[in-house]
Amino acid sequence: MSTPTAPTPLTRQRPVPVIFERGAPGRIGYSLPASDVPEVPLDSVIPAAHRRAHPAALPEVSELDVVRHYTILSHRNFSIDEGFYPLGSCTMKYNPKINEDVARQAGFARLHPYAPEDLVQGALEMVWELERAMAEITGMDRVTFQPAAGAHGELTSLLMIGRYYAEKRERRSTVIVPDSAHGTNPASAAFAGYRVVEVKSDHRGNMDLDALKAVLNQDVAALMFTNPNTLGLFEEHILEVARAVHNVGAQLYLDGANFNAILGITRPGDQGFDIMHLNLHKTFATPHGGGGPGAGAVAVRSHLTPFLPVPTVERDGQRFTFDYERPKTIGKMRAFYGNFGNLVRGYAYVRSMGASGLREASEMAVLNANYLLARLREHFDVAYDRVCKHEFVLSGRRQRDRNHVTTRDMAKRVLDYGFHAPTIYFPLIVEEAIMIEPTETESLQTLDAFVDALVAVAREAETDPELVRTAPHDTPVTRLDEVTAARKPDLRWRPERSGVPSRA
Amino acid sequence: MKYIPATAAERERMLAAAGVRSMEDLFRDIPEEARLTRPLDLPPALADPDLLAHVRELADRNTDCDRLACFLGAGAYDHFVPSTVAHLALRPEFLTAYTPYQAEIMQGELQAIYEYQSMMCELTGMDVANASMYDGASATGEAACMAVDLTKRSEVLISTAVHPEYRQVLRTYTGHLPITVRELPARGLTSVEAARAAITDATAALIVQSPNFFGAIEQGEALAQAAHDKGALFVVAIAEPISLGILRPPGEYGADIVIGEGQSLGNALNFGGPYLGVIATREQYVRRMPGRLVGRTVDTAGRPGYVLTLQTREQHIRRAKATSNICTNESLNALIAAVYLATLGRHGVAHVAESCARKAHYARERITGLRGYELAFDAPTFNEFTVRCPMPPAEINRRLLTHGILGGLELGRFYPEYDDCWLLCVTEQRSRKEIDRLVDHLEALR
Repeated sequence: MSTPTAPTPLTRQRPVPVIFERGAPGRIGYSLPASDVPEVPLDSVIPAAHRRAHPAALPEVSELDVVRHYTILSHRNFSIDEGFYPLGSCTMKYNPKINEDVARQAGFARLHPYAPEDLVQGALEMVWELERAMAEITGMDRVTFQPAAGAHGELTSLLMIGRYYAEKRERRSTVIVPDSAHGTNPASAAFAGYRVVEVKSDHRGNMDLDALKAVLNQDVAALMFTNPNTLGLFEEHILEVARAVHNVGAQLYLDGANFNAILGITRPGDQGFDIMHLNLHKTFATPHGGGGPGAGAVAVRSHLTPFLPVPTVERDGQRFTFDYERPKTIGKMRAFYGNFGNLVRGYAYVRSMGASGLREASEMAVLNANYLLARLREHFDVAYDRVCKHEFVLSGRRQRDRNHVTTRDMAKRVLDYGFHAPTIYFPLIVEEAIMIEPTETESLQTLDAFVDALVAVAREAETDPELVRTAPHDTPVTRLDEVTAARKPDLRWRPERSGVPSRA
Repeated sequence: MKYIPATAAERERMLAAAGVRSMEDLFRDIPEEARLTRPLDLPPALADPDLLAHVRELADRNTDCDRLACFLGAGAYDHFVPSTVAHLALRPEFLTAYTPYQAEIMQGELQAIYEYQSMMCELTGMDVANASMYDGASATGEAACMAVDLTKRSEVLISTAVHPEYRQVLRTYTGHLPITVRELPARGLTSVEAARAAITDATAALIVQSPNFFGAIEQGEALAQAAHDKGALFVVAIAEPISLGILRPPGEYGADIVIGEGQSLGNALNFGGPYLGVIATREQYVRRMPGRLVGRTVDTAGRPGYVLTLQTREQHIRRAKATSNICTNESLNALIAAVYLATLGRHGVAHVAESCARKAHYARERITGLRGYELAFDAPTFNEFTVRCPMPPAEINRRLLTHGILGGLELGRFYPEYDDCWLLCVTEQRSRKEIDRLVDHLEALR
């Protein structure tokens, strides 16, 4: 097989023993002082009945064992810092190093959440300033940073909407989501106790206005809407959608996962949205950490502010305080105040970008996507061929029908070329979907190299389909047996068992 | 702008390739009335040195725990973090990766999380732990929903000795659902008799925390029995997982679901987040568990490998019928916990736990030996304990702060009936000298 990149070193393809298999009984990797208080019998400190009989069977390794283990594991991981990560809907932009330095300084990282307000005035001011910035960017009135992630923000929002209608003594039990929505939208609506109704998209990739109007009634609490939508298209009828939703007294909710397309260009508040969430770990460049922590933020118009989770951060002259006295609040969504460490990073990002930098980021995110779309258009089917925003959706239908090569196969083959694969099989309304989001932080050279790789894969699908069907070849492992993984789950290391699981 | 690499000439080329004349052409699909016709009203952009100066100025207006002797816990704990954590868990290969959807190039993350799941099972004595939840409080809400789902019962009984913010989040998570949350009043310790009396055939779960919010170690076995006798599940919250270095794991005394806050395991205090939600359960309940799970399998060449598994529970597959809406979790915090637990290992975690217990015991004995101070509740404790004070705890804290001591939690903040009580925490970080200094100042206050 031929690949344009240097083959993966063989060492990367060698299985790595689990950390429990390293080390030896009695070996240690820590250095801690002995207790310096007077020695008393342990039984008088904690009665034996409450103590464990044996220490937890954790690894017994040296510091160097630990260092080698996680360093080797890190080499078996693909990150933004290593290469292009065009995962649609995930906004894998560069995570600035300076923001890490900022967030890790003791003055932020070593603050106790219950420290008196006098000791945390700088932290509160930062949160207060970040709220002002996010309100301006979204065109909303207030913002809470309590949600830990986007889906948590969705749930927070739906609970606030529920409280809003309870206050008005209106019973509304339906939430509408488009058929192109993220899976979290219906899941959050169900968790919030709503019945979920789906509305289909029209031939241009917009929400079908007639279909929407047909399901809008006084029972609808909210329409959860993503704009630009998950096809990467701006909803051309957004103002009509807003009017229709408001005509039945419902709330228009924005899933802000795709906010990176519209910073400084259009604001959800000006489009008619009542409430929305933002993902700081997408739009505002906080690192994704292999799946989290994220930071959600929920921004609302004034009619929903009484329902924000407690506490809010308020300014009283030169002093900043937490406000827990909010009688109509939904309560708390988590302990303490939010993923503060990520708020610091998001704040640093907004302050380094400024208004023109943020707008430029969106413009370039959109231009990069349109450039890729233009260059890839002839090699793949295009789901909805119009100017896209920060991402677009191709389809692998042609390759599947002609060559029996699926989108999954092609995505796996892309890995051999040294790129992360695009998001695949989402949105659900596009067959064999390939969803590509380049972000603004990638150079033209990178975009061109990625186009070359995708074009090469499309060609391979015709000339050597088996090569693509069995990809990837140059990765630390080849395709994994997911069926056995689900049928006979092996979810933890057991000390009594060792070696490689059998395939039986 | 250094984060945007496209040059003016490149932009022109790209616009031409995209078949448009100008940047504006790319945004014509946005209705004019919705377009922003002015620049965003934000403070001017800061160059790197100015940004650093600005945030340092903000950070300097905080007083962090490096500058104080911290006796404050209550769900967030000041433990020593070995250097391996920052140098390994925060490596950019882990830090700047996404969720491991493409398993073939994410074996590092997946294996590390599989190992994390294993370590959490060892600590808690449970069969299976997931890849992480948001935090201890939201995990409590999720566990309640899981118990209701498993038992097909509608009521959850929670001890008032569970962290007040966990209980508040539980109410937020369930208030709109056909789930009744009842609180079981606890005076320092959850009463087994009261629990027996309160649990009915409608009770899906009894939720307790151990050590509880007051610092006391609950009678796990008897409480588990009380729950199981009525067919309810027994859910144990662990707010201070270091305690499991010395205390019996909940799996041994009958827990069906263990939830917890993993901050203690190498995660910075971070003013309350990001932290690490833990959930672990028995094998038979795994398919009703929320959140991601990593499983071990083999690749086409027979080599061991790791994948996200049992995903049919999750929102991206099951949508409205998923066990939870969680997607992004706290993976990096789980990785931090794994590196921490690996570094300390079998002996180190026990060492830290014993050191906490001994130092807290010493502080407890010394403070309750002072005139006017007494232990509020008669029960064994780990690294936190509650004392009744001869003067308002807020006043004590205010005066201690002038001596560089961050005092304990004023319990009246959450329990008006205990407004003369003070919840102190002593971790392994506190030296005998600091404890003695605290005691001396308390003595001098009178």
